[in-house]
Amino acid sequence: MRKLTAATAVAFGILAIGAGAASAEKLTIGLASEPTSLDPHFHNLGPNNAMSVHIFDRLIAQDEKQRLSPGLAVSWQPIDDLTWEFKLREGVKFHDGSDFTADDVVCTMARAPEVPNSPSGYGTYLKGKEVIKIDDYTVHFKTAAPYPLMGNDISTIPVISEAGCAAATEEFNAGTAAIGTGPFKFQSYTPGESIVLTRNDDYWGDAPIWSEVEFRPITSGPSRVASLLAGDVDLISGVPTTDIATLEGNSDIQLSQGVSNRVIYLHMDQFRENSPFVQANGGGDIVNPLLDVRVRKAISMAINRDAIVDRVMEGVAMPAGQLLPEGFFGVSDNLDVVAYDPDGAKALLAEAGYPDGFELTIHGPNDRYINDAKIAEAIAQMLTRIGIKTAVETMPRSVYFGRASTGSPDGLPEFSFILVGWGAGSGEASSPLKSLIHTFDKDAGFGSSNRGRHSDPETDALIEEALSTVDDTKRQALLAQATERAIENVAIIPTHFQVNTWAAKAGLSYIARTDEYTLATGVVKD
Amino acid sequence: MTVFIIRRLIQALLVVFMMSVIVFFGVNIVGDPVYMLVSPDADQADIAAAISRLGLDRPIWEQYLLFLKGAAQGDLGNSFIFGEPALKLILHHMPATMELAFSALILAIVVGIPLGLYAGLYPDSRISKGIMAASIFGFSLPTFWVGLMLIMLFAVELRWVPATGRGDLGTFLGIQSSLFTLDGLSHIFLPALNLALLKISLAIRLTRAGVREAMGLDYVKYARAKGLSTRRIIFVHVMKNIMIPVVTVMGLEFGSLIGFSVVTETIFAWPGMGKLLIDAILQLDRPVVVAYLMIIVLFFVLINLVVDILYSILDPRVRLQDQGA
Repeated sequence: MRKLTAATAVAFGILAIGAGAASAEKLTIGLASEPTSLDPHFHNLGPNNAMSVHIFDRLIAQDEKQRLSPGLAVSWQPIDDLTWEFKLREGVKFHDGSDFTADDVVCTMARAPEVPNSPSGYGTYLKGKEVIKIDDYTVHFKTAAPYPLMGNDISTIPVISEAGCAAATEEFNAGTAAIGTGPFKFQSYTPGESIVLTRNDDYWGDAPIWSEVEFRPITSGPSRVASLLAGDVDLISGVPTTDIATLEGNSDIQLSQGVSNRVIYLHMDQFRENSPFVQANGGGDIVNPLLDVRVRKAISMAINRDAIVDRVMEGVAMPAGQLLPEGFFGVSDNLDVVAYDPDGAKALLAEAGYPDGFELTIHGPNDRYINDAKIAEAIAQMLTRIGIKTAVETMPRSVYFGRASTGSPDGLPEFSFILVGWGAGSGEASSPLKSLIHTFDKDAGFGSSNRGRHSDPETDALIEEALSTVDDTKRQALLAQATERAIENVAIIPTHFQVNTWAAKAGLSYIARTDEYTLATGVVKD
Repeated sequence: MTVFIIRRLIQALLVVFMMSVIVFFGVNIVGDPVYMLVSPDADQADIAAAISRLGLDRPIWEQYLLFLKGAAQGDLGNSFIFGEPALKLILHHMPATMELAFSALILAIVVGIPLGLYAGLYPDSRISKGIMAASIFGFSLPTFWVGLMLIMLFAVELRWVPATGRGDLGTFLGIQSSLFTLDGLSHIFLPALNLALLKISLAIRLTRAGVREAMGLDYVKYARAKGLSTRRIIFVHVMKNIMIPVVTVMGLEFGSLIGFSVVTETIFAWPGMGKLLIDAILQLDRPVVVAYLMIIVLFFVLINLVVDILYSILDPRVRLQDQGA
């Protein structure tokens, strides 16, 4: 009898080991920035959205290049000018076993913009859209005017179960309401310390290879790298550019890189005759030279983008000639990176009436984008070389963005010449065009980040037409045309696209994403 | 003594009130939190809505009065970023910081005082000179650098302990702490050591100076003449006398261990109040910054009080009376 028991125990043991080897795979990820909540509708912020992708599916998913693909909806198309029809996936179950139906969609869309105390909600994407349940697996989204970006907007909204719709943010953080249909289930959440998720074995899509994933926020860059080297974590996001060269030479570490949707650009004061940080040589007022397109063009030609990429960014960036890297919807095929031409720039300046240049201050953040302060310094030197004597002033983002947006005494942008970045959350060109290039228009919600106040009626018309053209081919052409015109007018000067770097222990690699998200489903074994 | 304590508490309230004015107005003139919070996709109407929801469209004195009104009821405002009460957030992160500060303090006492005693008793020995030289390094090397070096040495090269994080928690007498598990202890070792280095050096120098001074005093000579053993002279009579400055300084340093463990917590990804504070400052989460500083002020006042009480126990000549200050 005893022998039998022992034999059974051994047999069970072997079974258990066998099963363990097949499925018990734990992954630990060191995150550069931590989500502020597990309530998927609480804070519209990159780290929060990335985390919620694990637990909550969207109706439409964004792949690693932010292209739209079916999520909880199997199809979505306009059935007339003002209505989009979404057909929902059948047979999907939430983590608590309940069925996913149209009711969940309707209540999700109602809750998303209305979460109490939310620092920044999802109302931006749901404005002017009415959700109507047609049957259990069909919903209609109605708008007052034709609206082509329905898919992009809806792809930002995490779907929660009807039971969770009444829940408060605390219940999501505690896990009781964190019930979605996603590839991972909530296990535990200790703010500042860790978020643990376990695999959803009943996932409707491809089941993840990791049975358990732990996310640990490690905000300090060197510590994050050290944790990876020490074997505390298997993968880290946001590898500091200064560490990339050393890690490349380390055979225990594997780097994964990919260009992001974030363009770093310069905005120039194009609305004030007397711009506060532009002066004649030696001080004294002059009429703002940045109003002259030739001066703006000269500045663009004076910037050696390759040098910025090679020297300042240590090769980890891509020179930019427009608002989004190629491959994104709405980019133009006709735009090249502006060539570095200091002599041509000087000639243009002379033609505009500034043969000896003028004095300028560039303002930028020093803790927002990769190497932001160093880039501002490099640009200032390049401009000084063509005669525009440029001073540099950088500051923490908490101070910078307020002043750059509304810092002047009358609530207008305070600076004359600024370095900023823009990530196209929607993954297509209308996002930067609408916010950065279109004339500032408070009532229509256009140009909200147009801190240079560039204004060109023809570009505006192209953007607005694109935003009401549902036909993809036509819209693509309109967006490309608007981009070309904006670049021609030097509305902004793009310098480079950020490239993001992840580092993993040998044997693992990460499928780099343009939206900068770090997803456990993107970690693959070689 | 009761009267003394009550008066001190009233003084503390006054200090806290004055701090609230300085901190609130100081924090509120720096930067603009709205642009730290709203998504870049937000349009002008969304931004305006965020401003009014946070109450930032009101004049600053009105914001302050609202803050005072809440503070009187124990509500120091909601975090802009987490949407939860700032006080709750801080209390939630407090145990991690406390255990770190406590471990560092213990290390400082257990390591620093014996070494200082040795260096004071045998000032000319080579070991003493080595101890004193090491304490200079403890003082002068920057915490963040030492922290990274500790990680590189103990976690990356030797792989003895993990580099970052807090580890498993254990429960003992109803208190949850990483001090009660092996995994937790292995996690706390490096950050506690890093935080303690400066305090160890401080304890060494204070103890050494005290011992050297006391050894030449009359009462020691008299005790020797009386025939007391060296052990009794040092550990009862000398120690009791030199402990007064040591207790004062270590007490106050405990406050700074709690309040300003920011660098260590950031480097070791330790989920304490210091990390909460630095994140709040970077993201301009004003209510959390204000609440944090208020709590720290309260701490310092209380620690001072405790130090005063300890004095009277160590030195019967000190009486806890209000000198009419």
